[in-house]
Amino acid sequence: MRILRAIFGHGSGRIGGCIVAVYLLLAILGLLGLTPHNPITQYRIDRLHAPSAAYWMGTDLFGRDVASRLMAGIGQSFTVAFFSVAFATLAGTVLGLAAAWLGRRWDGVVMRIMDVLLAFPAILLALLIVTVAGPGTWTSVIAIGIVYTPIFTRVVRGPALSLKAREFVDAARTFGSSSSYIVTRHLLLNLVAPLTVQVTLALAWALLTEAGLSFLGLGTQPPAASLGLMLSDSRNLMETAPWLMIFPGLAIMISILGFNLLGDALRDVLDPKTRRAPA
Amino acid sequence: MNYLLRRLATFPLVLLGVSVLVFVAIRMVPGDSITAMLGTEAGLLTPAQRDALAAYFGIDQPWFVQYWRWIGGILRGNFGISVTYGRPVLDVVLERFPLTLELAVLSMIIALAVGMPAGIYAATHSEKPSDLGVRVIAMIGQSTPSFVLGLLIIYTLSAGFGVLPAMGEFAPLWQDPLRNLSQLILPAVTLGFAFAASVTRIARSAMLDVLSDDYVRTARSKGASARSVIWRHALPNALIPVVTLSGIEFGYLLGGAVIVEQIYALPGLGRMVLDAILQRDYALVQGSVLFIAFNFMIVNLLVDLAYVALDPRIRLGEQ
Repeated sequence: MRILRAIFGHGSGRIGGCIVAVYLLLAILGLLGLTPHNPITQYRIDRLHAPSAAYWMGTDLFGRDVASRLMAGIGQSFTVAFFSVAFATLAGTVLGLAAAWLGRRWDGVVMRIMDVLLAFPAILLALLIVTVAGPGTWTSVIAIGIVYTPIFTRVVRGPALSLKAREFVDAARTFGSSSSYIVTRHLLLNLVAPLTVQVTLALAWALLTEAGLSFLGLGTQPPAASLGLMLSDSRNLMETAPWLMIFPGLAIMISILGFNLLGDALRDVLDPKTRRAPA
Repeated sequence: MNYLLRRLATFPLVLLGVSVLVFVAIRMVPGDSITAMLGTEAGLLTPAQRDALAAYFGIDQPWFVQYWRWIGGILRGNFGISVTYGRPVLDVVLERFPLTLELAVLSMIIALAVGMPAGIYAATHSEKPSDLGVRVIAMIGQSTPSFVLGLLIIYTLSAGFGVLPAMGEFAPLWQDPLRNLSQLILPAVTLGFAFAASVTRIARSAMLDVLSDDYVRTARSKGASARSVIWRHALPNALIPVVTLSGIEFGYLLGGAVIVEQIYALPGLGRMVLDAILQRDYALVQGSVLFIAFNFMIVNLLVDLAYVALDPRIRLGEQ
């Protein structure tokens, strides 16, 4: 509660929080199918209709309602972003804690594997995984999840190592606490703040990567709607129907902006080093 | 020096990991490269011809023999033959690399030329409306995906001014510098925009940190001019995070900018890798990914060395 209030007292936190809340609502409506029109119904008579009262954001080449597709696409993008970041957070936290706690050989093996993954440019690694598994929603989730796992592993391992060397961990050990108790209660609980910040920022990257994959035709497959795909389809119709490009483009941009703003605010609120700095 | 040697010693290990990963991954892609290469004509091959082609590209062997041959070849400077191009992989990669390198350099120049002054300006005008303006623009810049910006630029140019970005046959820098620049400037701006936004933000916060340090206050109180405080005392220390960020970003750009290359129809490394993956061109995917990973690691190492040059207090590898 205190943190929520702090975020809303923070300028960019307020704006970011509102943007994310609106998007969440749109995503849920989109996923539930509560859109103005059916996102895949083709109103052939109204092809390439400019934005109007009936079609708020116009229609595309097949006469599908852009606003409805946008909502469905947001639902799609958010599903991929949430699950992939959940995957990366879970995998990265487990690996990072294991590396820090078990030390020596484990640490070496885990961190070298992460080095290998980090040596790949993110989008290429995602592309490779998607091609191997075939494009689709859940493939994108796994691909983006694997790509961001090394980052979470690093975010967890560093602080976990320094926490491990602190007196209270020694004290817990002398009291006879089990390893799993120390790792979950003393290490993990102290890592919640940096992880929260990282999760918010990772959601922004995941949205970006998902849109990029779909843009290249390797994410969500048609006729399902996705923001990247809509943008990619708009390329040849840019001059006749600019709304096909502008709305999905803005939708992607603003969603990323929302998470970036929220992430910044969270960092200011949760990071003790910057807490003293004026917001 | 010791640190440098130890870092270099991990290179072969990481590259070996990358090689295994990419080797296994690309072989898990459904379909075979001969069918992908010949398309419908693959159906016309007799089994004997198909076997001969497979033997020519070395893909008739079990995977561990293929891997062993591949690694052995690389150690002798032979990265194999690309099925799609019918030429040595290294030739194909090196042909595409200059464009990617040039694009990365141009984007970084744009990012630093815009981001550094903007960041310093915002830091020295902290909490004034102009600072807020810079921060808002930087935040929007950082949240704009390159493909959104790229399409927006193309749309603005074509709808507003009736011009299209220079496309068509790509002109290398040394053959036709003017045409080359006209082809690369928009892609570079597209990539440089978000990059500049990140530089602005990191330069601003680093500068703010440094400006509140004791030694800067000392310099001020002994009567140093505002300009001298910023340029002589604060800037060198504020540069360190900027160098890290630009280095990492530059390393990523050297891997090719798949989407921006796609939008502007540029024959760079990124699009080549994408096509190679889709064509199941095993040798080309393996060779180019290894090449990209190697470049990335070198850039990261250079970034670490740059720290030491910028801040003599840092001794790498001593923790």
